[in-house]
Amino acid sequence: MSASGKLQTANCKRRMGTAFFLVMLIVLLAGCATPIRNSQFAIRNFDTGIDPEAWAQIPAGTFHFGQHDEMVTIAAPYEMMVTDVTNAQYARYLNAALAGGAVKVDGDSVVGYYPGDVFHGHKHEVEITAGDWLHVPLTDPSLRLMFDGTIFGVKPGYESHPMTVVTWFGAKAYCEFSGGRLPSEAEWERAARGDDERPFPWGDEIALNNANFYASRDPFEAAAGKQGDTTPAGFYNGKTYDGYRTLDSASPYGLYDMAGNVWQWVSDLTEGIHDRPLKGGSKGVYGYNLRIWTRNAARPDYTSPSVGFRCAR
Amino acid sequence: MKALTDRFNYLFRSTKGLILVAIALIAIVTAAFGMLSGPLKEWGISDVAIRLYGMKLVEAEREARIILLYHTIAMSVVAIETYLITALVRMKPQQQANINATITVGYITSLVFGLAFGYFGRNFVFHGLFITGQALVFFAGLQLAVALWPWRKAYHVADPAYAHTRGGVDLERVAFFTMAVVMLISAIFGAVPGSLYGQGHETFLAEEIVRVPFKAPLQLAVIGHLHIMLELIAVALTLIVGRWFDFKGKLHKWAMPLMIVGTLIVAGGVWAVVPFEPIAHMIINIGSFPTLIASALLVWFGWRKIAAARLAERGIEKAGFGRWLGALLHDPVKFGMLWQMVYMNAVVTAVGIFMAIRLDEAIRTWSLRDEQVGLTGHWHILSGIIATIILLLYADMAGLKGRARQWFGWVVIIASDVAFAAVTLFETKRLYVSEAGQQPLVDISMIISDAGLATVLVAVAALMVWRLIDLFRRNGRWAKEAKETNLEDGGAEAGR
Repeated sequence: MSASGKLQTANCKRRMGTAFFLVMLIVLLAGCATPIRNSQFAIRNFDTGIDPEAWAQIPAGTFHFGQHDEMVTIAAPYEMMVTDVTNAQYARYLNAALAGGAVKVDGDSVVGYYPGDVFHGHKHEVEITAGDWLHVPLTDPSLRLMFDGTIFGVKPGYESHPMTVVTWFGAKAYCEFSGGRLPSEAEWERAARGDDERPFPWGDEIALNNANFYASRDPFEAAAGKQGDTTPAGFYNGKTYDGYRTLDSASPYGLYDMAGNVWQWVSDLTEGIHDRPLKGGSKGVYGYNLRIWTRNAARPDYTSPSVGFRCAR
Repeated sequence: MKALTDRFNYLFRSTKGLILVAIALIAIVTAAFGMLSGPLKEWGISDVAIRLYGMKLVEAEREARIILLYHTIAMSVVAIETYLITALVRMKPQQQANINATITVGYITSLVFGLAFGYFGRNFVFHGLFITGQALVFFAGLQLAVALWPWRKAYHVADPAYAHTRGGVDLERVAFFTMAVVMLISAIFGAVPGSLYGQGHETFLAEEIVRVPFKAPLQLAVIGHLHIMLELIAVALTLIVGRWFDFKGKLHKWAMPLMIVGTLIVAGGVWAVVPFEPIAHMIINIGSFPTLIASALLVWFGWRKIAAARLAERGIEKAGFGRWLGALLHDPVKFGMLWQMVYMNAVVTAVGIFMAIRLDEAIRTWSLRDEQVGLTGHWHILSGIIATIILLLYADMAGLKGRARQWFGWVVIIASDVAFAAVTLFETKRLYVSEAGQQPLVDISMIISDAGLATVLVAVAALMVWRLIDLFRRNGRWAKEAKETNLEDGGAEAGR
């Protein structure tokens, strides 16, 4: 082999060595990632002391709506649930609604009738026709409900956690079956914010123990990974649970979990696209998404382990 | 005193010095402000950084802060491109000096006071200075457009190897001129809505309104502005790299008209988004095609040139594919500039086309939040790729040699490309995993992307330290670079 050939071989080996080193470095760093989530970890059942059946009075009035503080007036007082609807509440509702014929089980899904949205034929518009629409997909592994073919129940430990994996149709149906309705976005923001310009229901800044959000290091996150799990309704009320101290994070009207834990469906319809807004942020997003004006959205048949709801009346 | 004056003159009056300052400032801002988000926020480092910097962050102002931050970085990138253009494209020395001086004062004013306003309390004098800086950058752009005017006889091409009209007008110069004029108009396209929304402090990020079905004309203008500015920064960089490689011959003659036409069509499509939104996307797609073809022709020309130069250096007249490839990869710095353009198609163009084609069936079944993650990842990657090309170009200009050149080149290419691939996986994760099962993918992709980007930053830091040490030498590289007025080799310039 010529001298230049030997030099080339040596250079080639050196380059391969370098590439190997870099690949190994990346693999090593990747190995530092959180291990795969174990969905079978023991669910810790904490009593928050907050009654999920309670309702809070919200007065009529003018308030700061949205990030840019648009002044909006709500003409009549209303009530909103103090917490999100829990799994136990939703299971009870399903049993009653199924018995009464308000919903039915169709294959692997709970479905119910919806009269449809007006269709405008816009670009990207999805037609929501009259008919049966998905309420709850029963085979979704994230669902905390159980169904034995006749009766709905709740997976042990999740009774007081918010109901998730529920579509907008399923949320609306629950509220109406219970004599209420989904709140409008404006009603939801007023209930979360009160009369001032605060970005979070409890005030101006967010601490890790104010709410359940991504990488907020709550006890459920320690077991389930950074995206965490739902926390029981009303968890962040100033109590200490097994050494984990929470801050009292109620809204000015005494509502809990108006930031974090699960996104909440509201009633508004985005004309021309049929998305429904989702408010409040969730366990799976960074803290800034928990600001009161943040608006997520999804089609009404969307489900997620990070989406729940509460009702107004 | 003279030592300080000499160094000041190098850093603020020579092309390479000006580029060095801009890269250093961007690197510092990226490193310092990068601590405020992502995993560093999860690890609590952002809280420490905020306290350490003495920042005053108001939750409601987050969007405005981000807009200030990326405008300051974008201004710095535009300044780097301007320095390169004034050095690579023929113009009067006085024009070069005026343009460089104006844009330097402009982008530094914009950067310092924009960040001060956004992150350290709302002092509206600072906001005014931020706007003043941007206005100066715009004014420098106007001067650049004048200096690039291609129809002056003195700038006609003498060497027929370069693309030209029958009358001898240099088509590459026309492409630079077109890009500059279109960029100025597109800047106004953003400045008008920016003035309205900024004046009322009603700032928003474009991804927030992506699903608003009936957007206001100025909302559409904001979306158009950010897309076209990034596109034009990429077009400018492609032209700069072409000039750096002394792009010429048959491929050049094909590429330049395509680049001019493509730039005009894309810009027309973006501007048309306000009155004709339904067809604007189609116009943009049509215009993107010729610019992509022009870039591909440059890549092919450049790779052949790199390989041929290496083979000639080693006295090899005929080479098979293996040897040709070895010769091409011999210089990662030169190869990398063009490779990143190719790689961009995998992690930006292909993903963008997929998202556009499958928008209703795939993307719109996600939550808005998931779609926003996809969009932000998308343009972060494009910005990142542009940055790596600039870094490789600078390393080449700075005369990085030997093992340092190999290390720098390959580290930037491999680390950034692995990071961009990880971000692509992250931004499109909903296609492969459900929300409940995404955590392992999220953790791994975030760690890989951050490790990759951190590695690139370390490489950049090493380059900066090397240049910093050089500045302390009496007759370092800086002293030689300070005397250079033109980046191009004499032979190439003589033909134009």
